[in-house]
Amino acid sequence: MIQFLSDDGVLLKAHGFSEDALVSGYEALVRARFFDERAVVLHRQGRLGVYPPYFGQEASQVGMALALAQQDWLVPSYRETAAALTHGLSMAQIILYWRSHPAGWRFPEGVNVLPFYIPIATQLPQAVGIAHAGSLQGVKRVVATFVGDGGSSEGDFHEALNFASVFCAPVVFMVQNNGWAISVPTSAQMKHQRIADRASGYGMPGVLVDGNDLLAVWHVANEAAERARAGDGPTLIEALTYRVAPHTTSDDPSRYRTDEASDAWVKKDPVTRMRAFMQHEGLWDDSKEQALQQNLKAELDAALKDADAAADVMPWEIVEHVFEQMSPEQQRAWEALHEQS
Amino acid sequence: MSSLKEVTLGTNDTASLTMVQAINDALDTALTQDERVLLFGEDVGAMGGVFRVSDGLQGKHGASRVFDTPLAEAGIMGFAIGLALAGLRPVAEIQFAGFLYPALDQILSHVGRYRHRTRGRYTLPLVVRAPYGGGVHTPEQHADSPEGILAQVPGIKVVIPSNPDRAKGLLLAAINDPDPVFFFEAIKLYRSVKMPVQSGDYRYELGKARVVRAGDAATLIAYGGMVEVCEKVATVAAKDGVALEVIDVETLSPLDMDTILASVEKTGRVVIVYEARQAGGFGAEIAARIADEGLLYLLAPVVRVAGWDAPYPPFSSVEHFYRPDARRVLAAVRKVLTF
Repeated sequence: MIQFLSDDGVLLKAHGFSEDALVSGYEALVRARFFDERAVVLHRQGRLGVYPPYFGQEASQVGMALALAQQDWLVPSYRETAAALTHGLSMAQIILYWRSHPAGWRFPEGVNVLPFYIPIATQLPQAVGIAHAGSLQGVKRVVATFVGDGGSSEGDFHEALNFASVFCAPVVFMVQNNGWAISVPTSAQMKHQRIADRASGYGMPGVLVDGNDLLAVWHVANEAAERARAGDGPTLIEALTYRVAPHTTSDDPSRYRTDEASDAWVKKDPVTRMRAFMQHEGLWDDSKEQALQQNLKAELDAALKDADAAADVMPWEIVEHVFEQMSPEQQRAWEALHEQS
Repeated sequence: MSSLKEVTLGTNDTASLTMVQAINDALDTALTQDERVLLFGEDVGAMGGVFRVSDGLQGKHGASRVFDTPLAEAGIMGFAIGLALAGLRPVAEIQFAGFLYPALDQILSHVGRYRHRTRGRYTLPLVVRAPYGGGVHTPEQHADSPEGILAQVPGIKVVIPSNPDRAKGLLLAAINDPDPVFFFEAIKLYRSVKMPVQSGDYRYELGKARVVRAGDAATLIAYGGMVEVCEKVATVAAKDGVALEVIDVETLSPLDMDTILASVEKTGRVVIVYEARQAGGFGAEIAARIADEGLLYLLAPVVRVAGWDAPYPPFSSVEHFYRPDARRVLAAVRKVLTF
């Protein structure tokens, strides 16, 4: 397993990141943690709908997103809010999305993030298609897509990896192995130990990385992205992490697991580890942390203000954007929904 | 990549083509005029497709635009979605409509939803072609008619041509449509019909049914492989002085009820013919819409002639008892005329 930082945040081997990169990487990690913690609170306050937290998985997501250039695409499943945030989606957009407001679902031009995928692993073959399109169009574009340990059981996982390999597609498959598919542990999901090992069956590199070590994830993600850009094809990364949080804000993990396992993983917390490293390197201190937290609070306050200002959803929006031009049935429904409201 | 070139109007040149040749011609035309168009699926490359629909196209347009994929329908569908998201115009072949089922998650969860869930930010201008239907003694699962399943999905268009000329014009319209289109081709018609087909690009409007034979005694409503059955019935009835109107639905979704209702208003009697299982099939939707919007035009109950309540039989010696034929349609016509 590739690791740069010990569980305590002690550097284990030399890294190639500049000081500026380390600071911006750490800031992205803290921003992801900040948003997730606030999102859970917002949900409890009734200001956000059902939300899938990613507490403890920030490094896996942020590390992958940091390896992407602006023209690269991110094809996320529903837990990848941190990756989306890091790849340029605004907090206001994400809040509107998790409020199920239509404005939240239309991601802005120039932000190459697709709306979160709910049906498990269905995003994977699509990511391969986007990647192959880049090859055909002569565009140097990497596509990073995410899936979990549970998703690796789906047929789409197999078909996507096989297609990616056959077409030598510039795609990175990031598997966040967080130990749980809602209530089903990885031990009941598969009999083998490592998802990364499956890569050899597809003729692509498979990399196992400490998913709670930002430097390690970022490093392997950079290598995979470079490989894709160079035309050498796909990579499968398995980031070993843990879903410390419930599956969603509707989940009750006490029905299927004890807190002990989570406690062990909290000791490997990605933010704490990176903070210890940054302080040891002299790149971070309490006053910088305070300033960052203040900035994040201001960013969130502004995002909430923007999100709250979104116009009310009108019932007739239901039948809009089904086709470019409304069918006669849609037109009739659109008129009926106007009359009813 | 260049953008879509100006549509060159079809010339006056025509050739007598089968449906396979006409569809090949449509694909060739689309591949020639728009570099974004891609054609792929199982065995469509060097082999030219199991029905030879893509014969010669890989040689002409290159293996990066006409290519084989791994044997995986969900993968093909997801791959097509990704290509469309990135601005290309994929035309995917599913080898038989009965092999679409592994791809249903991609179709139901994504193909029909993408424009809607992104509020118009992303659209999927893709076409999925699949041979469908029976009548030629294919093996098990090769004769399914799943058009009703697809027509039930919001956000996708379903088109089924009934002859070579219509197939070419409708397929070119489908490839140039901004929304996803499922295009089902009746296997029975692939080589059994030959007719003059215009060369070059021409398109028939999607979302329109057409009257293929005018009459006032009763309306026969069909699509794809059942249109020729209805035309045959109309010819037989004409000998007895009974003028039947035949409507080719062509686009099942969105459905053109105006053309259907205008005919029902004229005749008051309706027979709907389709190959899929009768219950819950697409003919049920047409019948329900006639009841909703044209009940007072009716002089007799709407009658359907369709597949029995059983899987399409792999027992080829009795296959023709399942697939509606002129005999069964004529019996239904007698029923509505004598009600």
